[in-house]
Amino acid sequence: MYIKKQTNAYFNRKFIVIAIFMATGLIFIVRLFFLQVVDPSYKLSASKNILRYITDYPARGLIYDRNGKLLVYNEPFYDLMVIPGQVRDIDTTEFCSLLGITRDFFNDRMDQAGEFSMYRGSVFMRQIQKKSYAYIQEQLHKFPGFYVQPRTLRNYVHPSAAHTFGYVGEVGPGIIKNDPYYRAGDYVGISGIEKYYEESLRGEKGVRIKVVDVLSREIGSYQGGRFDTASVAGKNLHTTLDIDLQLYGEQLMQNKVGSIVAIEPSTGEILTLVSSPSYNPNLLVGRARTQNYRKLQRDTLKPIFNRALMAQYPPGSVFKVVNTLIGLQEGVVQPETRYSCPGFYHSRGITVRCRNHPSPLDLTGSIKYSCNTYSTILFRNTIDQARFENIQESFTNWRNYLESFGLGSIFNNDLPYALSGLVATSDYYDRIYGANRWRSSTILSLGIGQGEIGTTPLHLANIAATIANRGYYITPHVVKAIGSPENKNTKFNEKINVDIDKEHIEVMVEAMFQVVEEGTGRFSRIEGVEMAGKTGTVQNPHGENHSVFIAFAPKDDPQIAISVIIENSGYGATWAAPLASLMIEKYINGEVNRRWFEQRILEANFINPENQ
Amino acid sequence: MRTQKFNIFKNVDKPILFIYLALVFIGLANIYASEVDDISKSIFDFSQSYGKQILFIAAAFLTAAVILAIDKKVFASFGYVIYGFFLIVLIAVLIFGAEVKATKAWFHIGSFAIQPSEFAKFATALALAKYMSTVKSKTIGFKNKITPFIIIAIPAFLVMLQNDTGTALVFSAFAIALYREGYISGIFLAFAAIAMILFVLTLLVNEFYIIGGIAAITLIISLIIRKRKPEVLQIIGLGIVLAFYVYSVDYVFENVLQHHQKERITVLVSDEVDMKGPGYNLNQSKIAIGSGGIFGQGYLKGTQTKFNFVPEQSTDFIFSTIGEEWGFMGCVILILLFIIFITRIVLLAEKQRSAFSRILGYSVASLIFFHFAVNIGMTIGLVPVIGIPLPFISYGGSSMVAFTIMLFMFLKLDTNRLERF
Repeated sequence: MYIKKQTNAYFNRKFIVIAIFMATGLIFIVRLFFLQVVDPSYKLSASKNILRYITDYPARGLIYDRNGKLLVYNEPFYDLMVIPGQVRDIDTTEFCSLLGITRDFFNDRMDQAGEFSMYRGSVFMRQIQKKSYAYIQEQLHKFPGFYVQPRTLRNYVHPSAAHTFGYVGEVGPGIIKNDPYYRAGDYVGISGIEKYYEESLRGEKGVRIKVVDVLSREIGSYQGGRFDTASVAGKNLHTTLDIDLQLYGEQLMQNKVGSIVAIEPSTGEILTLVSSPSYNPNLLVGRARTQNYRKLQRDTLKPIFNRALMAQYPPGSVFKVVNTLIGLQEGVVQPETRYSCPGFYHSRGITVRCRNHPSPLDLTGSIKYSCNTYSTILFRNTIDQARFENIQESFTNWRNYLESFGLGSIFNNDLPYALSGLVATSDYYDRIYGANRWRSSTILSLGIGQGEIGTTPLHLANIAATIANRGYYITPHVVKAIGSPENKNTKFNEKINVDIDKEHIEVMVEAMFQVVEEGTGRFSRIEGVEMAGKTGTVQNPHGENHSVFIAFAPKDDPQIAISVIIENSGYGATWAAPLASLMIEKYINGEVNRRWFEQRILEANFINPENQ
Repeated sequence: MRTQKFNIFKNVDKPILFIYLALVFIGLANIYASEVDDISKSIFDFSQSYGKQILFIAAAFLTAAVILAIDKKVFASFGYVIYGFFLIVLIAVLIFGAEVKATKAWFHIGSFAIQPSEFAKFATALALAKYMSTVKSKTIGFKNKITPFIIIAIPAFLVMLQNDTGTALVFSAFAIALYREGYISGIFLAFAAIAMILFVLTLLVNEFYIIGGIAAITLIISLIIRKRKPEVLQIIGLGIVLAFYVYSVDYVFENVLQHHQKERITVLVSDEVDMKGPGYNLNQSKIAIGSGGIFGQGYLKGTQTKFNFVPEQSTDFIFSTIGEEWGFMGCVILILLFIIFITRIVLLAEKQRSAFSRILGYSVASLIFFHFAVNIGMTIGLVPVIGIPLPFISYGGSSMVAFTIMLFMFLKLDTNRLERF
């Protein structure tokens, strides 16, 4: 009870406390009354406060060739944007006729935009060209909630090198989800170097905040542009391509299916990457892209398919170069070793046929005349070495050499969507024939580059570059500098050594030189240029054989290494070798003098008419 | 009778309970309005703040049920223990806490963050009630008088060390409870109020006008009561002190306050403040509220809200969303709800049989009032911008759960009043 009395001493203070509460509430109510009911200035401020975020899209980086020639640039266009929540009382009929659209189109787009957001801009109509833009912009003030957003589109100087550039397209939902940089309607590199160098090319988006009135007219920058950010232009790419050589290569490949890959051996820089047939990269730009892409997809010659990186052929006789080097390195053969060739090789019911040539041949001769017998014996001797306990071990040893040449794996370079090719493992043969139930005779076709082996044209060109370098290669790549030509792309400059000693490679260089001087490639000899090469003819069960040739030149100071594959054309010496020699002549001499020779290639047509 | 024992809401004050639920619901609805950018999205999206707020509310309800279910003696018995525990937590957060916006006030546990200073408020209320209820008026000496201030000052100081001045200031709310219990005189309270008003006035008007005004008022009062000599002297003495105080305000403002504290006061009192800089929040908040008009723009239709003009809109500036979308009428209803709420808590506190319950009730009302007054005051430009939440309304789990705990502790103690023995 005592406590009770004591509390009463200050009992009246509750009134003061409650009075403070009430007074505070009253002050707030009065203040709010002035703020919300009496004073109109805040309401006016609010209407001024409708902001429009205009994304400042940076220009995508330009693409140049190795000599600074412009290859890819941008052209401006405009997207018509809409903020559904701000669209009020517009004359739909007038609007539709201004844009030349139907009422249904209008309703569709408005529904779509509304579904995305009532308060954020979405694309109403894509890619309005410059001339219609001016007219539309003039009328647009009548249609609150609509505004134009400047963008750019890719444009290609030459209808060339489409596969290498790749293309740019609208981002899909998957990318938007994983990368907060992208918004619906943004563009992103989808293949080629547009994809690989996307982050360098795209630059940095900026934003301009505009204050607009209720009629959607821009009043000015929001807070003097304080919150605006400038866009940063994308970085230019300086590619390793020589556009003149690329164009020449594409010209030579007309009416042929196949590829050309040319590399500067000392740097790994890809000079030319032709996949034929190709397409005009300008087709895959803008509104017509989807439609054109479908059309290209339906083409039976598969122009979209990048054969240079993705077509896997058995290498045929050009593989003898690698196979022979392995034999030399393993010591199962010496340059002087001779084998006689009766025109075929026979073992356990398997016959490998050979062509007519002098016999017996030494190692150089076997390359020069592409002797199948010699290569098969050499291969079998390599596999049947006594020092290995079983075939798995010896095969794996042989296979490791191939791996060191980069065969059977992708290069992890700046060209996305490449294939690795195929180099069978001993496990593979174990599965097919049973463990230790197979022997060198079972797989002897590998000795002449047939059977369970697949290489892409890029792999083959890399073999040529490796030999040109006398035992190493640099990952072939297509971009030499990013931003300025001085800012070198240092990602691909490591020397990768193959497991072959230099002395053996010198033997091979000489042999390959002989191929062109006197051997199977002698028709393709270029006056004044010392070229080393190797012909190949890939057996094709589905039709005419594929013609293959690898080469580099000049022999002692290699500037260019090349691989050429022409599908369904016949012997390597007849078609691929001459074409490669023209490429080399063009690159080294700057011009081609053998007119009739060039004419013959240009006129050749290996595209089966029924395929067209 | 036995079955009724299990009804935890028996004897719980229904008006308070109703207003509590109303505030929580209003809060959730407006957090959704201020955060959602596409109204077709479900409110039950737990990756968004409104979805998380639902989880916080669920946690608060659960806590409330537990408090109503346990024995009410627990609060008094463990008052000091709870207080001590949270002091340790406040120290721990200084060492192990995460730094968010330059304040070190948060523990991160999984994807949630806990702000111990929110809980320190009711812990302090418990300790204060416990201590003051044991002091008998006759024995009030200097030690007994000073101890409550120390109980309040320790957590306030620790929160200050977190660099969270706003929350530290909240502890001054206990002045109301102390005033009711006779620890602070009315003159002191009035004096503090005058000091605050003068401080702001000084920054608005040339200090010599104010000193002149003080001199004039002192003269007039002295003339009126000139026959009571000692009081005249007191008034003159007070006048001189105030004059000196006003004179020193400029000095304090320029030299004692930190830069951001100065800015927050400047935005309030000056018209020439740079609206792009520190004045931005307040200006945008006022525009949002002002654009509400009498009846508001309508729920989910506020353009200012939608375009995120007002920063911290779901937390400290939630009132601007309410102001824009519900207008003057909505604001008045919310303010009335709060005033009725805290007035009823005070009235209930007065009815308590134990001093402990009464003091706790006053503490709860004081804390809610302080948050209410400062939070709404800052959004309409009457109080400097101090980042404290609007109780039960603002987004945030710690605030929601802590305020619910203190409210339901009092409601539980209040059930005692109606129980018959």
